[in-house]
Amino acid sequence: MRYKLLTAALAATVALQFAGPAAATDLEVTHWWTSGGEAAAVAELAKAFDATGNHWVDGAIAGSGGTARPIMISRITGGDPMGATQFNHGRQAEELVQAGLMRDLTDVATKGKWTEVVRPKSLLDSCTIDGKIYCVPVNIHSWQWLWLSNEAFEKAGVPMPKDWNEFVAAAPALEKAGIIPLAVGGQAWQSSGAFDVLLAAVGGTDTFLKVYKDKDAKFAAGPEVAKVFKAADDARKMAKNTNVQDWNQATNLVITGKAGGQIMGDWAQGEFQVAGKTAGKDYTCLPGLGLNEVIATGGDAFYFPVLKDADKSKAQDVLAETLLDPKTQVAFNLKKGSLPVRGDVDLNAANDCMKKGLAILAKGAVIPWTDQLLSQDSQKQKEDLFAEFFAKPELTVEEAQKRFADLIASAD
Amino acid sequence: MSMANTTVQTSTAAGARQDVTEPYGPKPRRMFSRRNIFLYGTLIVVALYYLLPLYVMVVTSLKGMPEIRLGNIFSPPLEITFEPWVKAWATACTGLNCDGLSRGFWNSVRITVPSVLLSIAIASVNGYALANWRFKGADTFFVILIVGAFIPYQVMIYPIVIILREIGLYGSLSGLVIVHSIFGMPILTLLFRNYFSSMPEELFRAARVDGAGFWGIFLRIMLPMSLPIFVVAIILQVTGIWNDFLFGVVYTRPDTYPMTVQLNNIVNSVQGVKEYNVNMAATILTGLVPLIVYFISGKLFVRGIAAGAVKG
Amino acid sequence: MFPALRMQGRERTALTQPADEMSKSERPNPLFRNLNAKVASIPMILTAMVVFVGGTVWTVLYSFTNSKLLPRLNFVGLDQYYRLWATPRWLISIENLLIYGVISLVFSLVIGFLLAALLDQKIRFEDTFRTIFLYPFALSFIVTGLVWQWLLNPDFGIQHVVRDLGWTSFSFDPLYNSSIVIYGISIAALWQGTGLIMCLMLAGLRGIDEDIWKAARVDGIPMWKTYLFIVIPMMRPVFITTLVIIASGIVKVYDLVVAQTSGGPGIASEVPAKYVYDYMFFAQNLGQGFAASTMMLLSVAIVIVPWAYLEFGRRK
Repeated sequence: MRYKLLTAALAATVALQFAGPAAATDLEVTHWWTSGGEAAAVAELAKAFDATGNHWVDGAIAGSGGTARPIMISRITGGDPMGATQFNHGRQAEELVQAGLMRDLTDVATKGKWTEVVRPKSLLDSCTIDGKIYCVPVNIHSWQWLWLSNEAFEKAGVPMPKDWNEFVAAAPALEKAGIIPLAVGGQAWQSSGAFDVLLAAVGGTDTFLKVYKDKDAKFAAGPEVAKVFKAADDARKMAKNTNVQDWNQATNLVITGKAGGQIMGDWAQGEFQVAGKTAGKDYTCLPGLGLNEVIATGGDAFYFPVLKDADKSKAQDVLAETLLDPKTQVAFNLKKGSLPVRGDVDLNAANDCMKKGLAILAKGAVIPWTDQLLSQDSQKQKEDLFAEFFAKPELTVEEAQKRFADLIASAD
Repeated sequence: MSMANTTVQTSTAAGARQDVTEPYGPKPRRMFSRRNIFLYGTLIVVALYYLLPLYVMVVTSLKGMPEIRLGNIFSPPLEITFEPWVKAWATACTGLNCDGLSRGFWNSVRITVPSVLLSIAIASVNGYALANWRFKGADTFFVILIVGAFIPYQVMIYPIVIILREIGLYGSLSGLVIVHSIFGMPILTLLFRNYFSSMPEELFRAARVDGAGFWGIFLRIMLPMSLPIFVVAIILQVTGIWNDFLFGVVYTRPDTYPMTVQLNNIVNSVQGVKEYNVNMAATILTGLVPLIVYFISGKLFVRGIAAGAVKG
Repeated sequence: MFPALRMQGRERTALTQPADEMSKSERPNPLFRNLNAKVASIPMILTAMVVFVGGTVWTVLYSFTNSKLLPRLNFVGLDQYYRLWATPRWLISIENLLIYGVISLVFSLVIGFLLAALLDQKIRFEDTFRTIFLYPFALSFIVTGLVWQWLLNPDFGIQHVVRDLGWTSFSFDPLYNSSIVIYGISIAALWQGTGLIMCLMLAGLRGIDEDIWKAARVDGIPMWKTYLFIVIPMMRPVFITTLVIIASGIVKVYDLVVAQTSGGPGIASEVPAKYVYDYMFFAQNLGQGFAASTMMLLSVAIVIVPWAYLEFGRRK
């Protein structure tokens, strides 16, 4: 298989004879990557898979994982599984694996030496259940970025902030110039994500892990986390005039200089790119909000449901290999704006912000992300809390922190 | 006056107002009487409220993006462009499939036609049995059905996944048709039951005396007299099923996704700036089929409702 | 394990039927007559018992478990219910549903009836007006929500336009204001739904006997009184059908909220059906979702079942 993959480009005719028309297996792949940049990235995966003599049948479902996941899960549990499906790696597919509905990819992984090439190691760990590997991580997305509009700060006549604290200090000047200091889209996951970023940046890595990994409720009620809530309070005051829902509409406010900044994951830089903006000149990115330069290793992974058809199972193996192929990794991640999961690939084409991310990754300053640490249930409760917190000034910091600590106490 | 006359005539089909020549209610007045000004004034103002969103949709779908960004949503397009329509129909992308709504259109047709037929066939027989052949326990089932109309669809997703899996229809078109028939059943059965109970008893009794049975009476006597209520049922079902998103996406597979799924994909696909013109064009295109059904059969609709909902 | 349970349940339904048949055959009631009706009603009986009752029992049963992504019979008693009623979002959802319910019910009925009464005045262009009032019903909630979200967006909708006209302090942002957002959502709901109600009412009015009007006029009863005290009571059946349609729509409201606000700002416009959906699928906590749906079913059942029995139960 591996051999076929490597020679496919060079000796297409041989491969054709080798694989024959019969091996051109259709494999349906479901995912929720539908934005311009995302679709372009998926196209790279499909191209690479089609080059192996198989055929990628695209099953995109728009409207974020919340819309797509129930459909995927229904299909898998309903006995009509697709060939492969995207999930965020972490705990979303845990139970499907435990129920024996997902394929064990350990053989493919051993052959491809995944344990050696995938970095950071924690990525593969979240694909591993009881020592067996069930998913293929394809990228690293980190949330820890503050995107600032150079234009907005110029207009307000204040210097570019170098970290979160300076940004907060600049807020009144921005407001005076008619600029929304911080853009936070209305959807719950955005305010919740912003808080998590603040927790890691303002509170520090230890605080973050104590709360989400150890689920230390007492600590979550304590003064360290109170500091973070104070920062979140600043954030919600700065964000109170954002009247948009989608994250990219919020990013667009930053791009057009209507907002000073946005806390958003690295996928936001795709939007800056599409708008033809240059990092450093038009916008500035501060990893870890300039306070604590770590990045979290969230991201996407592909899972392969157990199929009865032997040909399709074989095609699944090929797809799993293809996804981690160095060439595919580079092509895919450049388009997606995320970092590759292999340490041994060359990313010269990456832009400034991406390079900052790669440098942090190389230093090993990584933390696991909430997708890996918390169940979806706890995540959702957290989203509800912060959605309310950001939208409702009457909800006091103390009350919110108390509810947060309760939530951590019951989190799993 | 011709319009008013036709409606009055159509309403006689419901069997109520036999007297067409004798006007009822206040006597006719002059064109610009105070009453008329008030009456038409109110109607026109209300009509404007109802038309406003449609107007905005159409106008927006004909504008280019730069104009939308600058402009006023109510202003007519300075430069009319049909590009958003073309894009919405043929080239808008979902993931790797860049064929817009066109892909979903025929799927929607293939889902809607059998679902409408089956659900109406079942509900009409149900209604007939409940109205004319009541058996022990029938009312209980009917009450359950009516209560079923109140169950949020989301709650039933899982049980139905399991039921479909057990009967081996999960992911197939027939499975989806069954699901639509199930969820259309409560309201339709209610309408058919009411309609059939409003039919003259004597008709039924006479047929019984002539020796006609359950199916005989249904096919030869009831059906030919039920055009209005069938029109209502068709309108309700075409609208409901055509517009359905949830079942279409959960109980089928991507190659049979209905148009609404594509609409959702186009509308929710997160790109730099929301392409409002394409969204609006896609929205109108998706709504076109039920809209046309309405415009064609509007008159029959009221007549049918008069027959199905009024009598209890 | 439980597919087997399911099968059993279905067989039992099928079995009890003929048994019922037998006991009845001794009575004067001819058996074959009922048999045909029963055979014809099999789809209805199956739907009622397997889907609605079966699905409900299943849902209630699993609401006592800690099922996460997949249904599992791991009982935890009332835990899910304690958690449910301690969740602010659920409480807000209930409150919103009540407000939304009252608004929809009252305004749909009042506006629907008034429009129908206006159209029933022998006016010209009745068809045109009726079509205009009815067309929004042909559009899905997703579409409706989208358009109204746009009209009500303060940055480019109505507020923006009025401000551009010179009234700069004008403020109209119902979807972005926590305290009134649920009313904002109702605007779109009424726009979409009143047309159908109007049609139902119009049909009802057309069903009123001519002579009633004549008699009322002869007696010199003012028109509004005739409507209120004579016509409306006579339209009872149409009101019943209308109520079923409106009320079932209210309990199920979901798409409209998702399309307009996604429950925001914050959680200010959340509704129960959305809580159920989010917790079942988004949070992958089936137990919690089932507990919430059980509460919804329970409240529906308390109100609807007695009423439905009175209304549709054994009447001659």
